[in-house]
Amino acid sequence: MSAQESHDSADVAARVERRWATISVIIIVVMAIVAAFAGIHQVTMPQARVEIVDPSRLHLSGEFAEANLGSVAEQDGSVTVRAIGQQYSFTPACILVPAATPITLRATSADVIHGIIVQGTNINTMLVPGYVSNQAMRFDKTGDYVMPCQEFCSFGHEGMWGKVRVIDKADFAARAKNGGRLSCVGE
Amino acid sequence: MLANRKLILAHFWLAFVVFGLALVLGAWQMFIRSPLHTWLSNPEWYYRSLTAHGTVMGYVFPTLVAMGFGYAISESALDQRLVGVRWAWVGFSLVVLGAVMAMVPVSLGWASVLYTFYPPLIGSPFYYIGVVLVVVGSWIWVALMSVNLYVWKQAHPGEPVPLAMFANVAGSYLWAWTAVGAALELLLQIIPVALGLKSTIDAGLARVFFSWTLHAIVYFWLIPSYIAYYTILPRAIGGKLYSDTMARIAFILFLVVAMPIGIHHTFADPQVGAGFKFVHSAFTALVAVPTLLTVFTICASVEIAARLRGGHGLFGWIAALPWQNPIMLAGTFSFIMLGFGGAGGLINMSYQLDSAIHNTQWITGHFHLIFGGAIVIMYFAIAYDLWPHLTGRELPSLRLMRTQLWLWFIGMIVTTFPWHWVGILGMPRRMAYYDYTSPALAADAVPVEVSTLGAAILLISGLLFLFILARAQAEPATDVPPYRFSEAVHPPASVPLALNSHGLWIALMIGLTIANYGYPIAVLTARSDSSVPAVYVGAQR
Ligand code: HEM
Ligand SMILES: [Cu+2]
Ligand SMILES: [Cu+2]
Repeated sequence: MSAQESHDSADVAARVERRWATISVIIIVVMAIVAAFAGIHQVTMPQARVEIVDPSRLHLSGEFAEANLGSVAEQDGSVTVRAIGQQYSFTPACILVPAATPITLRATSADVIHGIIVQGTNINTMLVPGYVSNQAMRFDKTGDYVMPCQEFCSFGHEGMWGKVRVIDKADFAARAKNGGRLSCVGE
Repeated sequence: MLANRKLILAHFWLAFVVFGLALVLGAWQMFIRSPLHTWLSNPEWYYRSLTAHGTVMGYVFPTLVAMGFGYAISESALDQRLVGVRWAWVGFSLVVLGAVMAMVPVSLGWASVLYTFYPPLIGSPFYYIGVVLVVVGSWIWVALMSVNLYVWKQAHPGEPVPLAMFANVAGSYLWAWTAVGAALELLLQIIPVALGLKSTIDAGLARVFFSWTLHAIVYFWLIPSYIAYYTILPRAIGGKLYSDTMARIAFILFLVVAMPIGIHHTFADPQVGAGFKFVHSAFTALVAVPTLLTVFTICASVEIAARLRGGHGLFGWIAALPWQNPIMLAGTFSFIMLGFGGAGGLINMSYQLDSAIHNTQWITGHFHLIFGGAIVIMYFAIAYDLWPHLTGRELPSLRLMRTQLWLWFIGMIVTTFPWHWVGILGMPRRMAYYDYTSPALAADAVPVEVSTLGAAILLISGLLFLFILARAQAEPATDVPPYRFSEAVHPPASVPLALNSHGLWIALMIGLTIANYGYPIAVLTARSDSSVPAVYVGAQR
């Protein structure tokens, strides 16, 4: 190879390389824009605010007192579900919600870190003691879903399985008429 | 020059022996939680094993490989005897001491908290102190790498730092800084509680500290493998490195952007607001850049090797590659697994897609493919390549090495593909038992069995690897030429200061970390109302 050839091939190499680097950067920028778009436009953003709650006083009073756990129909037509996780169960163990309705899940932990995943959906959040998790949900179809704890929470973790029951919107409204907190525990 | 072979061999041997032990535990876990086994009489055994497997595979094994390989690089790339050998042995001893101190309480069931710690679960203080000692031992290595480079630069003013050493030192700085997150969590939060000096702990803050370590530690695991791509593979197959400059840029990018993105591990957490989650998500995309650059440079280098060997045509050159060479094979398998794993990583990276698979078996499948697959197979390649130079003996059989690598590759695919699949079906992770008779898990039964078969293949491959290394001792001593790294097609005569030193990039790494982590950490630290009572595990109380 002459010095001239070697010089030319070095130029070619540098050019190809620069092109590839440019393509790589473009790929990344496009991906970041897609993520931003999905987040802002389709409102699939994580919870905006950090909220604190004292896990050792959960059962005594306030939002997560036993009598306040379960599903409640709100004025605006949405539903709020309040739940807690503790070693090794969820309360309520069976969450009752209407189909085709915007739902807010507000949940926390009474002891260690747990997680909630509703199988077959993208409903997935950590429960960190001391903090309130706020998760938007919506189910289009009625039916039963399992809701395992998705983070190791000590030796009974494998037994920590909850349930979500999605019922018809009208049925839910009928049951909600009398007020109180709804769940499907024991059904 | 490889003068301190005993030191390097000690690191590698210890690394691979603990790897073998943890591999047995991994295969056992796979079997226990599969439909092939019924309910474990005491599920705690599973979590005990999982803590040991995770701690060894995540902390002890890769750290020892990086240290041993780092010493080998320093001596052979710089052609300079290691400065501070005595300190290197101190570092090694600390790692040994720490590993033993951590593993004894784990084996006794006093610290079944898993390698991610996640307070307010608290285990025996010895477990955490052991982990800290492992890290402190590795920090001695970081200091030695930097000292050795300094000594060399004094003797060679203005000369380009050999690429292998440049990358090695970048990796060591990355590790030094990324380990700080977990170190703060352990020293300020967990250990005081484990010792009984405090009884409450902020679980959210702990997760933020841990995320500081958890992402970039992945790049610490990966850097030895990337060094092998750039500086071993082209030489081993009779080719040259396509671009020395691009290689330096890739390692610098790892140093700078691997750090300020860890909050993507807390996408589903309540203690971090949406703003910082978005910032970290966007930065996470950037970390794909050095890998994309690497894929290009290495493929081009391999093509050069093939054409030097007489290969031609658009793709015809592939046939001209030395496929009987284990390093060629390992590199190819590694790239294939990196490709699949990288595609999975893009899914984890986006908040929206992540919420479908967060903490499912998808995640465990993903990191076994990337870490256990793409990265560890290059650790094998590094060992095969270095071993004759360290022992003065040839390895027994190329065919055996190829078999071992094929088994690892096939085993990884068979294990991890179904593992990903059950994750998509929503199977949660880290459970000692799954009731496959329930409708919710019935569809997972067969894929999990297939994974278990893959685990058996992996176990055989891992043991074969240890056998091959041990067998080398029985070979006759030979004269081995000095250890060399790949040359670039256009070896750098001089390199701009920014690509020949690390100072600027370290400053950027620290600056970006503070920008991306400072506020969330400061806010959580300032709160006094978010600490919760510790929950002690294990038999000690
Ligand atoms: C025979 C091969 C292997 C098998 C069968 C295996 C199996 C497993 C299993 C079953 C788990 C528990 C997952 C869970 O329950 O969520 C696990 C966790 C883990 N594995 Fe492996 N593994 C193997 C090799 C490796 C290798 C080579 C590495 C890396 C060097 C590795 C790193 C890890 C880590 C860091 C964890 C901890 C994950 C956690 O705590 O969730 N494994 N492994
Ligand atoms: Cu759990
Ligand atoms: Cu990460």
